[in-house]
Amino acid sequence: MALIELSGIERVFTLGDSEVHALHALDLAIEAGEYVAIMGPSGSGKSTLLNLLGLLDRPNAGHYRLEGRDVTTLTANEQARVRRERIGFVFQSFHLVPRLTAAENVALPMTLAGIPAPERNARVAEALEAFGLADRADHRPDQLSGGQRQRVAIARATIMRPALILADEPTGNLDRATGDEVIRLLEELNGAGVTLVVVTHDASIGARARRRVAMEDGCKVRDES
Amino acid sequence: MKSGDVLRFAAGAAAGYPLRTALMMLAMSIGVAAVVVLTALGDGARRYVVREFSSLGSNLVIVLPGRSGTGGFNPANAITNTTRDLTVGDARALLRAPSVLRTAPITIGTSEATFEGNLRDVTVVGTTADYLEIRRMGVGQGRFLPTDDESHTAPVAVIGTKIRDELFGAKPALGQMIRVGDRRFRVIGVLAQSGQGLGMNADEVVVIPVGAAQAMFNTNTLFRIMVEAKNRADIEPARSETLEIIKARHGNEEDVTVITQDAVLATFDRILGVLTFGVGGIAAISLAVAGILVMNVMLVAVTQRTGEIGLMKALGAPAATIRNAFLTEATLLSIAGAVIGYLIGEGGAFVLRSLYPTLPAYPPNWAIFAAIGTAVSTGLLFGVMPARRAAQLDPVEALMKR
Repeated sequence: MALIELSGIERVFTLGDSEVHALHALDLAIEAGEYVAIMGPSGSGKSTLLNLLGLLDRPNAGHYRLEGRDVTTLTANEQARVRRERIGFVFQSFHLVPRLTAAENVALPMTLAGIPAPERNARVAEALEAFGLADRADHRPDQLSGGQRQRVAIARATIMRPALILADEPTGNLDRATGDEVIRLLEELNGAGVTLVVVTHDASIGARARRRVAMEDGCKVRDES
Repeated sequence: MKSGDVLRFAAGAAAGYPLRTALMMLAMSIGVAAVVVLTALGDGARRYVVREFSSLGSNLVIVLPGRSGTGGFNPANAITNTTRDLTVGDARALLRAPSVLRTAPITIGTSEATFEGNLRDVTVVGTTADYLEIRRMGVGQGRFLPTDDESHTAPVAVIGTKIRDELFGAKPALGQMIRVGDRRFRVIGVLAQSGQGLGMNADEVVVIPVGAAQAMFNTNTLFRIMVEAKNRADIEPARSETLEIIKARHGNEEDVTVITQDAVLATFDRILGVLTFGVGGIAAISLAVAGILVMNVMLVAVTQRTGEIGLMKALGAPAATIRNAFLTEATLLSIAGAVIGYLIGEGGAFVLRSLYPTLPAYPPNWAIFAAIGTAVSTGLLFGVMPARRAAQLDPVEALMKR
């Protein structure tokens, strides 16, 4: 059974009078543990696809099965629960809460999930250690470098031990060296068994993935391993 | 999300935007402080009046000549509108009533008192010995008016402390003859200092026997009869008995007005209570304004933190969690503002009391509870809309904003 199964996905946005097909008749299956790069020019629908995979958006038609369960019919609260427990997000602009320290940012998913503070603190300390951020625990995001911020974001994405990590241009705001470091970090997580889906238009990052899905005008035009 | 975490998160969010938070708390605290200070002022005025009335003496029933109240014109009025005099005999007759403890007839006028070339305008009170007890006054030196009936015209006087100071200076006053109007009186006593009383300063009066005063002012009728009931429960019986007796003595005609101190007091109490309530209500409008400001500021907060809300949704926060976080923030700010406002208000009341020591300007408890309660509930009420808006944000769009 595939981790992700998309079949006949349609996503239509209405802009004024015209309808834009962001995704059209899309079928896609991703096995657990895969490392997939979704590539394509801007406007090709790759971000929309990522939002759908992350349950932040709903398709107009088609079915999305995550771990065998049809998640398109879930209520908003049930979808929130799936996001909380099964999916981790890594964003291009990091999306750290500016007033919280690195440790608090990493702890945020567990705080939202209602995990008690002692367990949170232990897991956060462990994660910060693992990502080489132990001495940055009490720093706020504006006191961290770009690479450190993205590492905090990745620590946050993995703290709930999700099955799937969705990364949207994770190196877009970083220089080449730091970007490579962040990609290596994500690949290590993938090596540990987490399914990794990276959206990028950077060909060199796409080349590192074991599978590349190319998008154009809302359709899958190439799918190669 | 655990409630403790919600609280900490909301407090952190409030502290993260100090200017916004300070503004909102300022608006809230001004509203609460206004309610506290203004009701303190109103209630202080009420207490002041009540206290002044109580200092008049207790369990009092007061008889005034003439019928108060209007009845329009009717033929009976045309024939019987003359008022019989209220006399010393009436006052004495009232002692027959079982509920009445003592009575004092009163005649009041102004005159000049002189002693060895010192001259002063004085209020002359003509009355009897029981006046002292009824008014709860004391004698500082010498004695009060004699109790025997024959002395209703005796040329003796009891003077207030201020009169003594101004007429006699450091010299002894007892036994001296003073001139009041065209008559001479021997000073037999000095009243104990009493301070300000309602309408009449007891330190600036000359008390003489009622007969002497009536002769001096050339009148037969009394200004008032003060009647003291035996106890509080007897006030109402004393009132009806008094009316009964006077009516019998005045040819079965009700030509006097009998009021109880309680009734007067209750009226003042009610009027000033309503006034306090009204003033508090006006001040509460500022709380409503503060509530609208809370809404405005929270809406700005939602816009400011759109990216953060999107992130929380991506991290799996259900709409209810986000709504609670924002509601908690609004409530926390309202409570903080209300507490600060309460402290400012108490401070203002303290300043008022320092400036006007006679005014017991304490905010009433109901006003404090109402002010803080209104502040917190308006904060909560006006926080609902922004919180709902935050909870309903579309995560994809919210995440795109930074």
